Amino acid sequence: MAAVLERLNYALGHAMQTDQRVYLLGEDILDPYGGAFKVTRGLSSRFPDRVLTTPISEAAIIGICNGMAMRGLLPVAEVMFGDFVTLIADQLINHAAKFRWMYNDQVRVPVVVRAPMGGRRGYGPTHSQTLEKLFLGVPGLRVVAPNTLGDPAQLLEVAILQEVDPLLFVEHKLLYTRPMLASGQGDLVDFQIEKFGAHYPTHLLRFIGAPPAQISIATYGYNFELVRAAALQLAYEREIFTEILVFSQLSPFELSPLFDSLRRTNHLLTVEEGTHTLGWGAEVAAQSAEKLPGIRVRRAAALNLPIANSKTLEDAILPSQEKIVTLALELLAS
Amino acid sequence: MTETYDLYRTMLLIRRFEERALAEFSAGRLFGTTHAYIGEEADAAAIFAVSGLDDIVWSNHRCHGHFLAYGGPPYALAAELMGKATGLVGGRGGSQHIHWRNFYSNGIQGGITPVATGMALAQKVQKTGNLVMAFIGDGTLGEGALYESLNIAALWQLPVLFIVEDNRYAQTTPVEKGVSGSMSGRFQAFGLRTWEVDSSDVLELLPAARQAVDYVRGTVQPAALILHTYRFSAHSKGDDTRDREALLAIRANHDPLLIHAARLSYLELEQAEADITPLIESAFTRAFADPFPEFDPAGL
Repeated sequence: MAAVLERLNYALGHAMQTDQRVYLLGEDILDPYGGAFKVTRGLSSRFPDRVLTTPISEAAIIGICNGMAMRGLLPVAEVMFGDFVTLIADQLINHAAKFRWMYNDQVRVPVVVRAPMGGRRGYGPTHSQTLEKLFLGVPGLRVVAPNTLGDPAQLLEVAILQEVDPLLFVEHKLLYTRPMLASGQGDLVDFQIEKFGAHYPTHLLRFIGAPPAQISIATYGYNFELVRAAALQLAYEREIFTEILVFSQLSPFELSPLFDSLRRTNHLLTVEEGTHTLGWGAEVAAQSAEKLPGIRVRRAAALNLPIANSKTLEDAILPSQEKIVTLALELLAS
Repeated sequence: MTETYDLYRTMLLIRRFEERALAEFSAGRLFGTTHAYIGEEADAAAIFAVSGLDDIVWSNHRCHGHFLAYGGPPYALAAELMGKATGLVGGRGGSQHIHWRNFYSNGIQGGITPVATGMALAQKVQKTGNLVMAFIGDGTLGEGALYESLNIAALWQLPVLFIVEDNRYAQTTPVEKGVSGSMSGRFQAFGLRTWEVDSSDVLELLPAARQAVDYVRGTVQPAALILHTYRFSAHSKGDDTRDREALLAIRANHDPLLIHAARLSYLELEQAEADITPLIESAFTRAFADPFPEFDPAGL
């Protein structure tokens, strides 16, 4: 199966081919370099007039995309490292996300901002973070993250060609080389998969022919890779079965498939790579507890620290398969 | 009517609108904030006398003058100040967040400059022949997003005119404490052709405005128009810390309406007042009678 990187590259090219209004803007995205993570490779050769390499000016890149989007174009911006989203916060929060509502529904800002996030590549404190939590809950802004279950190409093409509001598209760097999973094969052979929602789907994985699941694990993006391994370990080594909810839309929060799962399991474990405090999992847990009083909760996330360069320290700071298993056992013992 | 008369009428419309808005705030009939354009009217009158109907405008917190000179309806603006359902954006934006046709304003300093630049890119690739005008003040010269925008607008040759209205104060901070070096040099460093005028006389502003607008449209290049002016009113409502005597002297010597009125006949001046007074009265009276918006949880 194709890796996530190829699918994203295909989606950008296909969207540009399908619609002349699509433009790509970003730093170092021209061939032969093709972007820091090569997601735009080949596109400036195919569409030289619509792939625009920019100075190192993240705020202006997003601001320019906002202006283009408001006047009939479909811009896609690449923020070279997701850590740099701090530099675009004003353009996303006080401009892109506000205009439609503030101008009483008279304008649309269909801008897509792609941001490679996440650690585990030894890039240190300012090139390894998972910062999307800063943008969750911003009214008017959708935050989406691909994973290896749904097709990232479809997700990105919908975001570019069909979405009318601003969207932050979060790509974990480790996902790029991961192959897309095929239902009923490999890692998925034990699972039955159900899909909720059309554009930005949530997937529910349940063990086939197993005793009732005891925990609902909610996650997104790359962390599904860790969660899947942890769930298989819990099943094979401990005979503890789980249901896994993999979200591709992080914000606004649409948690109804999770609530249904929690009605069966009563135990919630959230898994994310952002820092633990006030994270995605905190909101998922809060909304779940409001809906289903009495559920028990644990959150797996990064420690509340910057991400270290050294691998031993980075591993200590970020969540892992082992930490997820430990938290799951602790949750059941609570 | 003559261009001389039209310029006066535009400035008078702005002056009377702003005076009425401030009076309504003082009387406690308006809520929130406003930033009056009083003293700076000649800038907007000159620029909108030479810009095109389809050109795009990005304005800031002090946007009423630009909006009225653009041709925006005083009634819908008054209703927006009041937060009425009939306001320009249904009461959601208020004084500094308005949109009508190709006119936009936002209350974040500097943030509008890349958005204006992006709109200029859209105009260029869509070959509309329109330009984008971004109004900023001396205070916004402190924002980094402006310089990112100037750099890219110049690199990509985008039809955007950056208009600096230097009213010598960023809220309460005098320009001497806020802007180092040369104002025009900041734009010229990026290769932008720059016009600079220090005048409250609309007829002195007009040639520079025309040259700048024509240059951006004709060459499809960014440019800057720097206008040194005076703000007679407080930054917003009651926050003026400036010396009262000095302010009176400025009003006496730099009032764009007084300067230009000298060129009109008594009859023309009477006619302008007779034209504007009922317009303002009707705008505010109608708007006061309008309903407030109802909150619809299902909407958006």
